[in-house]
Amino acid sequence: MSRFREKTMHIVFLACACFSIAAVVLICVFLFSNGFSAMLKIGVTDFIFGTEWRPSNNIFGIFPMIIGSLYVTAGALLVGVPVGLLCAVFMARFCPKPIYKLLRPAVNLMAGIPSVVYGFFGLVVIVPFVRDNIGGRGMSVLAASLLLGLMILPTVINVSESALRAVPNSYYEGGLALGATHERSVFFTVLPAAKNGIFAAVVLGLGRAIGETMAVMMVAGNQPLIPDSVTDGVRTLTTNIVMEMGYSTDLHREALIATAVVLFVFIMIINVSFSLLKRSDSK
Amino acid sequence: MKAKKDIVSVALRFAVWLAAIVMVASLVGIVVYILVKGIPHISLSLFEWNYTTDNVSLMPALINTLSMTVLALLFAVPLGIGAAIYLTEYASRGNMLVKVVRVTAETLSGIPSIVYGLFGSLFFVKALHMGLSMISGALTLVIMILPLIMRTTEEALVAVPDSYREGSFGLGAGRLRTVMRVVLPSAVPGILSGVILGIGRIVGESAALIFTAGTVAEVADSIFDSSRTLAVHMYAISGEGLYIDKTYATAVVLLVLVIVINALSSFAAKKLERR
Repeated sequence: MSRFREKTMHIVFLACACFSIAAVVLICVFLFSNGFSAMLKIGVTDFIFGTEWRPSNNIFGIFPMIIGSLYVTAGALLVGVPVGLLCAVFMARFCPKPIYKLLRPAVNLMAGIPSVVYGFFGLVVIVPFVRDNIGGRGMSVLAASLLLGLMILPTVINVSESALRAVPNSYYEGGLALGATHERSVFFTVLPAAKNGIFAAVVLGLGRAIGETMAVMMVAGNQPLIPDSVTDGVRTLTTNIVMEMGYSTDLHREALIATAVVLFVFIMIINVSFSLLKRSDSK
Repeated sequence: MKAKKDIVSVALRFAVWLAAIVMVASLVGIVVYILVKGIPHISLSLFEWNYTTDNVSLMPALINTLSMTVLALLFAVPLGIGAAIYLTEYASRGNMLVKVVRVTAETLSGIPSIVYGLFGSLFFVKALHMGLSMISGALTLVIMILPLIMRTTEEALVAVPDSYREGSFGLGAGRLRTVMRVVLPSAVPGILSGVILGIGRIVGESAALIFTAGTVAEVADSIFDSSRTLAVHMYAISGEGLYIDKTYATAVVLLVLVIVINALSSFAAKKLERR
């Protein structure tokens, strides 16, 4: 009896473990089968490098959205990485204990705030700020970058903080012994030693930024055109999907799924480089 | 003896403090701004049972959020814990399957929520004919939070000292009994903190739900009805422009929920550390 129960539960646990494999396979099959057929119908180069997106005329070019995603993501990294990295250094090496006890929950809370709330904050604060102080209509590459920069902070901070903490203390002490100040020792011995982990943090932040949808949609303006300046509106791959999915049919719908395939491929590249970086760090 | 401070050191110290202050200031800025703008607009009518276009009550959405959370956890928690048990307690070292599961779980945790939403609408809504419904939404969320629950459970199980297992085996217990009676109970706080984080993800999720659970603003009668959760509700009313005040108030409720969930999660995690 108990032998039998052991065997059954073993199989049950095994099945649970296999569920995530099944999920990934299903996601790939459903996205790729729908997306590729659309790409073939539209023409792969017309789809990826076409600069016009006019669903009503059956013209589907997502190049503006690819560029839009890249701009917004680059902007987010420009804002989020320096602040996040310095924050992580602060938390790992500078922070007095009582302050750390406040900072840790603060970072966790920042990671937990829903993206609609971020988006709404962007809409009522960042967009008017950009419009009044920098120009344009407010909904812009700049507004989206600022907001996303904030949103990726917790990711960048968490991953780079643990990378910094993983550096053996002897590095830091060696720096001090050679006469360096605390600051120089942290920045010129500990920080370089953690560089793979820090790159991993940047890559993970990049993944978060490129995949964010609702918040970006609320502040980016969403015109399917390649922006000329940072105050121009922009549409990203993610917002392209979420804006039109509700009412699209036929080829239009498939084109949106194909947009998701392009996004998925970007994410896969990011994931693979993240795990490679993590692996090289643990060696 | 301390080394003398030079200009570079002073600048670096200034930079890290500045970054920390910027981070805290923006978080406090967001939270305080939403609270200040939203709290005056919280009224009883916001919590009325029925949603009408005159009174965009958030009560139905709140109830839907609750049932959506329960429904998703019902699937995700056993699956996640089962998978974690297999990975830590059953699989032998260097097992090929374990590596594949790890890679796929990592892949899942990197997929953006809009892609989940799209997949859910293709698979659950269309292919399995579940329609825009609570169950389609919940199953989409299950896949989304599964890696989180798996990872935290795994960490909690690994943290259980081997002596517990050896003691149990030594007393003649089988593997299953050891896992269920000895290892799992001592890992509960860690698992709980992961589950609570998962609840946080569910409560805050919108992109994955719009095309799977739909946006009907009423309490769902059954799991096959379309219904919007609080985050989707907030997105829907923020886009209409007529209800800015109500949107602030809804944001306050959502924010308070998230703060409570976060506090619970770190409380559970601390409980684990103390032992």
